[in-house]
Amino acid sequence: MNEKYLYSLIAVIALFLVAYAGVEAAGLQWLFGIIIPYLAIITFIVGFVVRVKDWACSPVPFAIPTTCGQQESLPWIKPSKIDNPFSTGGVIIRMALEILLFRSLFRNTTCKINEGPRISYVWEKWLWLFSLAFHYSFLVVVVRHLRFFLEHVPVCFQILDKIDGFLQIGLPGVMLSGVVLLAAAIFLLLRRILISQVRYFSLAADFFPLFLIIGIAVSGIMMRYFTKVDIVGVKELTMGIVTFRPHIPDGIGAIFYVHVFFVSVLLAYFPFSKLMHLGGVFLSPTRNLRCNTRAHRHINPWNPKVKVHTYAEYEDDFREKMIGAGLPVEKEL
Amino acid sequence: MADLKPEELIARTDFTPPRTGWMDTPTVIREGMFCYAAKPKSVATLGLPYPREWNPLDDDWKLPENWKEIIIEGMKDRLERFRTFKIFMDICVRCGACADKCHFFIGTGDPKNMPVVRAELLRSVYRNEFTKAGKILGKIAGARELTLDVLKEWWYYFFQCSECRRCSVFCPYGIDTAEITMMGRELLNLLGLNIDWIATPVANCYMTGNHMGIQPQAFVDMLDFFADEIEDTTGVRVHPTYNKKGADILFTTPSGDVFGDPGTYTAMGYMILFHYLKVKYGLDVTWSTFNSEGGNFGLFTSNEVMKRLNIKMYAEAKRLGVKWILGGECGHMWRAITQYMDTMNGPADFLEEPVNPITGTKFENAKSTKMVHIVEFTADLIKHNKLELDPSRNDNLKVTFHDSCNPARGMGMLDEPRYVIKKVCKHFYEMPRNCIREQTFCCGSGSGLNASEDMELRLSGGLPRANAVKYVQEKHGVNMLACICAIDRAVLPPLMGYWVPEVDVTGIHELVTNALIIPGEKEKTVNLRGEDILNKDEVGPEEYYTRPDFSGR
Amino acid sequence: MRLNNLLERNKDDIVKQWLFSVIDTYPADTSKFMKMQKDPFANPVGNSISVNLGPLFDELLNEMDYESITSYLYPILRVRAVQPILSTSQSTGFIFLLKKVIRESLKKELSDKDILKELLHFESKIDELTLIAFDVYLKCREKVFEIKANEERNRTFRAFERAGLLTEIPADRPSL
Repeated sequence: MNEKYLYSLIAVIALFLVAYAGVEAAGLQWLFGIIIPYLAIITFIVGFVVRVKDWACSPVPFAIPTTCGQQESLPWIKPSKIDNPFSTGGVIIRMALEILLFRSLFRNTTCKINEGPRISYVWEKWLWLFSLAFHYSFLVVVVRHLRFFLEHVPVCFQILDKIDGFLQIGLPGVMLSGVVLLAAAIFLLLRRILISQVRYFSLAADFFPLFLIIGIAVSGIMMRYFTKVDIVGVKELTMGIVTFRPHIPDGIGAIFYVHVFFVSVLLAYFPFSKLMHLGGVFLSPTRNLRCNTRAHRHINPWNPKVKVHTYAEYEDDFREKMIGAGLPVEKEL
Repeated sequence: MADLKPEELIARTDFTPPRTGWMDTPTVIREGMFCYAAKPKSVATLGLPYPREWNPLDDDWKLPENWKEIIIEGMKDRLERFRTFKIFMDICVRCGACADKCHFFIGTGDPKNMPVVRAELLRSVYRNEFTKAGKILGKIAGARELTLDVLKEWWYYFFQCSECRRCSVFCPYGIDTAEITMMGRELLNLLGLNIDWIATPVANCYMTGNHMGIQPQAFVDMLDFFADEIEDTTGVRVHPTYNKKGADILFTTPSGDVFGDPGTYTAMGYMILFHYLKVKYGLDVTWSTFNSEGGNFGLFTSNEVMKRLNIKMYAEAKRLGVKWILGGECGHMWRAITQYMDTMNGPADFLEEPVNPITGTKFENAKSTKMVHIVEFTADLIKHNKLELDPSRNDNLKVTFHDSCNPARGMGMLDEPRYVIKKVCKHFYEMPRNCIREQTFCCGSGSGLNASEDMELRLSGGLPRANAVKYVQEKHGVNMLACICAIDRAVLPPLMGYWVPEVDVTGIHELVTNALIIPGEKEKTVNLRGEDILNKDEVGPEEYYTRPDFSGR
Repeated sequence: MRLNNLLERNKDDIVKQWLFSVIDTYPADTSKFMKMQKDPFANPVGNSISVNLGPLFDELLNEMDYESITSYLYPILRVRAVQPILSTSQSTGFIFLLKKVIRESLKKELSDKDILKELLHFESKIDELTLIAFDVYLKCREKVFEIKANEERNRTFRAFERAGLLTEIPADRPSL
């Protein structure tokens, strides 16, 4: 079992060494600072679009939403408009809650031994809480990084920065999102390693992105708080990338290239991995369809022709017996 | 103790999974956990491939030489046709939210029954054949080759899933193990690897119109016999009609209720209700022998087979010229009707948009399928005071309600049955919240697993449900488990018999007609089961329940 | 009865160790289980064990009342009887683990010959308990088979009987 996270950990350490040695020893700044990021971004965009297009183009033969609440039926019975959405509006809210608040995960229960001889099912919130913390802090971190790619930082980003750094601890001020991201990623990792059930079905592909993201967070935090990377130089490099005039300024430490390399690997890995749940969650037919299948016909684009046993054939098989039992028939004997 | 190591003996018995990874833990097919192989005759009747005698316990499953090719081709084909399949193969992050939601996992303790692992059985082969990462990295990426052992593992575990969709409620991406199991079973059917408890009912239904293979004259005999029993207990003779052209409504219900106790009492309930509506309001409901099956075991075989069976409903409604179709209490039948029927065999433009002629209620939610659930219908009648009811006739019962998986998670019919029960019974108690409604636990025997040879699977898989029933039995003295599914009515009695012997099982329309005051009835002293109706003037309920001759014992 | 006093005094610890050793033998991380002990991941199996081991131990210390013992064994074995993943010996063998637990927890005291003698007596009680467990297990299995057989019968025989297709049926024919 250990091999799964060991492989992933080794892979991430190897990536670190490649980038570190590549920059420190071989002086390949242009490779890790320009070429690989470009390739990674292209892979990410092309890969993501291809994957989502592939899903979106594949047919949905049947409307099979999971109904998680009371159906729309008799006028005096209150339907559950979100968990069993009859209308498109309901589906939109259902999807929004699913995507923005992880509603299904919020339902999570776990079996627990309570007093007395019986199992009970207890609301299990940790997975939901840390997943939410993980994804939102990730989002904030990504948005915060946009300042490196924009000439002028929009006001809303500045406000976000203020909120993110409201604790005002230390100098430079601690950004909450980075810390939360690291903590949540470590929680998710420990959960996979320590809970035997979860470890049982976890794959190397589950550990690898976690180690990678932890690596990204750690290298980022290192740069910001400890090695104090040359921000001006970094911005010069990143602006060079987005304006397609790439060049490598002097004086940026190796740790920055490690950080960029990790991010590049994550981006390139993204479309080929389970991380595509980012796109897939929008397309899941058990969630994004209206639960009105008795009121509106869903069309199957490949509805097959099938061989059937008709009433006429049935009557031929049983005519005598049917007449004997007094059943009406189409053709008399 | 050195010579005997109980630690080793009882190893691998709990929820803590084995030390070896699941891919490296070989699957042992165990007696009691599987259903017998499909008989060649049934497979051949449907024209499905590779009918043959084979035995799951044999090494040789007599597969065609190119079986692997057939499966891979079948996967490719389905990946192209079903977005569900493709997405569910790709986006699982293995968060584990589903792991302990499966009644089969909770009950059997077999870690391969965790929904995520059940899906991984298929995903591992998918990765190996259809993804770059799987092709390059192999096992590290969670890929494995399709071998005979893998195929057997599929068969063993896809027939240990009751397609109840409970895990799907908790999945952040809505991954539906039922859908994955259905794909798995479709693939297995390409090699003739069905189970007999599914294949034979399907063949029967195809040829005779119902799963049991009841021929038309026997079907009529059974219902006539029910009419006799009804006359004995109520003094009223009911006259069901069959295959009647020009009737108002075609009624279709699972044949299981015509055949096995206690479903038969539910069937009698329907007959009494239709008699009542005929006498009081002139409503003409007819039964059909050709369409004498509401259930659809094709759903557990493949979408094509489901379509081939389901088509009879509309065909018969069209032939008889009825206005719309009324469907009885059944679980998977209503999954098929709600989510597949109209798509497969619609549009039913030869029928009218269903309106209850007695109350004038338009069933807007069923205006396209033209098919109304009898519990919706009855709830509507009760709401409009169209049924004369004496709920005290059910005073001997303390009732709880088991939401059947399919009406709950494939339809959302949750409050209608509760409304009806509360109107016809005075004592109703809910099981704990996490075991009912959309989170309901399966009976453990759904999706065609209600054979006898897999009783251990059924009894262990039903443990979480029984557990919740035991809770209300101890807390409130519940002695009757109501349900709206014919498979439930067939399988919950043995389940209760094993875990909670004090509790009996009923359909809702048995309760309804026990309370129903039928015009011209004699003074009722017994209910449909021939049990004495509690005379509340003579004994209190507490005394009544503890009587030694009380039928629940 | 010095041994009994010792066992009585150490009861909590012994039962806990017994429970641990039953679950420790499960092949996943022992440490994890220990860690989770306060808030254990529950399941009908684990739960049926954890609730009933204490009372079973009390019975061993006292008169060994057959009725009470079976009432504690049933919840454990009713679950195991429907888990073909276990063999019969696996299903009932968990009781023997108590021997090892006691031997280890009373290692020092067992150098005393008298106590050792008493232990031999006590262990034969454990053997007896195991035999009772076999009885109970078999009853559960019989019940499973009875349900199987009755179901077959109900499916075919009852329907024919009720439809009047069978004639000469003794009215008092017992249910299988």
